[in-house]
Amino acid sequence: MEKYDERFKVANREALIGVGLALINFLWWFGFAYGLGSKPPEEYNYIFGLPAWFFISCVGGFILMSVLVIFVVKVFFTDVSLEVKDEDNE
Amino acid sequence: MNWAVVVPLLLFIVLIFFIGFWANRSIRLSKKDFMEEYFLGGRQLGGFILAMTMMATYGSASSFIGGPGVAYTEGLGWVLLAMTQVVTGYFVLMVLGKKFAIKAREYKAVTLTDYLRSRYESHTVALIAAISIIIFLFSAMAAQWVGGARLIETVTGIPYTSALFIFAVSVLVYVVIGGFRAVALTDAVQGSVMFLGTLVLLIATIIAGGGIDTIMQDLTAENPNLITPFGAELTLTPAFVSSFWILVGVAVVGLPQVTLRAMSYKSSKSMHRAIIIGTVVVGFVMLNMHLIGVFARPILPGIEVGDRVMPLIALEVLPAWVAGLVLAAPMAAIMSTVDSLLLLVSSAFVKDIYITYLKPDADERRVKMMSFGVTGVLGVLVFLMALQPPDLLIWLNLFAFGGLEATFIWPVVLGLYWQKGNKYGAIASMVTGIVSYIVIDQFLSQPLGVHSVVLPVVFSFIVYVVVSFGTTQEYATPVVEQSR
Repeated sequence: MEKYDERFKVANREALIGVGLALINFLWWFGFAYGLGSKPPEEYNYIFGLPAWFFISCVGGFILMSVLVIFVVKVFFTDVSLEVKDEDNE
Repeated sequence: MNWAVVVPLLLFIVLIFFIGFWANRSIRLSKKDFMEEYFLGGRQLGGFILAMTMMATYGSASSFIGGPGVAYTEGLGWVLLAMTQVVTGYFVLMVLGKKFAIKAREYKAVTLTDYLRSRYESHTVALIAAISIIIFLFSAMAAQWVGGARLIETVTGIPYTSALFIFAVSVLVYVVIGGFRAVALTDAVQGSVMFLGTLVLLIATIIAGGGIDTIMQDLTAENPNLITPFGAELTLTPAFVSSFWILVGVAVVGLPQVTLRAMSYKSSKSMHRAIIIGTVVVGFVMLNMHLIGVFARPILPGIEVGDRVMPLIALEVLPAWVAGLVLAAPMAAIMSTVDSLLLLVSSAFVKDIYITYLKPDADERRVKMMSFGVTGVLGVLVFLMALQPPDLLIWLNLFAFGGLEATFIWPVVLGLYWQKGNKYGAIASMVTGIVSYIVIDQFLSQPLGVHSVVLPVVFSFIVYVVVSFGTTQEYATPVVEQSR
């Protein structure tokens, strides 16, 4: 029974991390897209030729999420066995 | 016919065939249970293959043909919308995560329906699940076949019906003989082709357009709205675009073709790798594929049918033989989606209905015959449906998507993490999800300015929680795992 608890505790924590990442992702995406993109197009700034709202929200957001995901998986994710425990193995 | 384009496409199809035969060999040699092997690849997927098969199954005709076509019309606002899909790269595997994989093994579940039947100890739940998988995924599949055939038609100039026939035969052969392992392996090849194809096409398109600066100036000159987040006619409101976070983002957790993959991997190490690879690849492909659609506009103005933008731009900016290789990418995307849907619908018939209810004592030879047979017959049926193609590929596809999400998301996710959730809650939630989705989609189209999937997902959540609180279910095997 001990083992079972441990594995599910790990799983629950990782699921919450997933939800947290999605929230960060959404806020970044929404904030920069509509925060910078809502002014008239003549006033846009450009980064690497793309409108700033788009570059930061979409290109930047993608890079940010990739870095965050790699970091989180390497640091917080734990290896567990997925197999059925011995007692109820056939 | 343009042979320089056709030859690379043919080579690609031949390669896929070989993988099918190879996978068939490993099914015959495997000592494991046939069903687990054929429908789930023996739960042996590694990280790279898992990431690729997730991405490839999910990235379908809509992301490679329909999506860039709409981006061509709407501008950067549609790319913004497409980026809501980045979340799927990590969210699905993190949320279903290890617990789902462990539980699926414990229940010996081979399909999502198996999982639900064991979790809720209910045949009603299982039957609703199997039937909605069959109905919704069947229509999704038809949409994909139309996309595949249209693509072949545009690229080669072969008439639609013959193109559909070529496509159908190529997919059927490797899925029928190779099962899930063939699907996953070909998905990995197809995913890699998508990744490289996107990269090559992006670079060529930027060069042909005279650099990003020039392209943006041309777009602004034509219609400044194209470079805003609001779409060419300013119709893309923040609420509508944000609701795609549910439709193609987080609610994807409920899609059977996705959950199936979350029970197929070998170890938690493969899952970790898949999360990283998946996020990077999904983000890269979605961002750039849709950007290509926008960038194509100044280069090839005036394309009427959105679905033709991708093939035409590839033929325009690349030498013919490279275009053939690059066009293998959307081809790959479509095939890899169709193959997994086909297998899933087939497993719903064979495993969830035939073996569970009609003939529980079927011997292995009979199961094999049924599996190969049903998969083949289904393929022929879809072919017949796709002969009279409906016009708006992307919406037909999204209809199936939304319906399945509204049906499955809460019974799967809450069933996993909330012990009190029971079969009455699950049944009520599934019925609410399906019915309210169909009603809202047909009669209200965007209530409160959001996509029609949003409200049904909310409704089915409320119903699941309320009904589960109001009822108690006696389990034959007590739920002990989490409590100390």
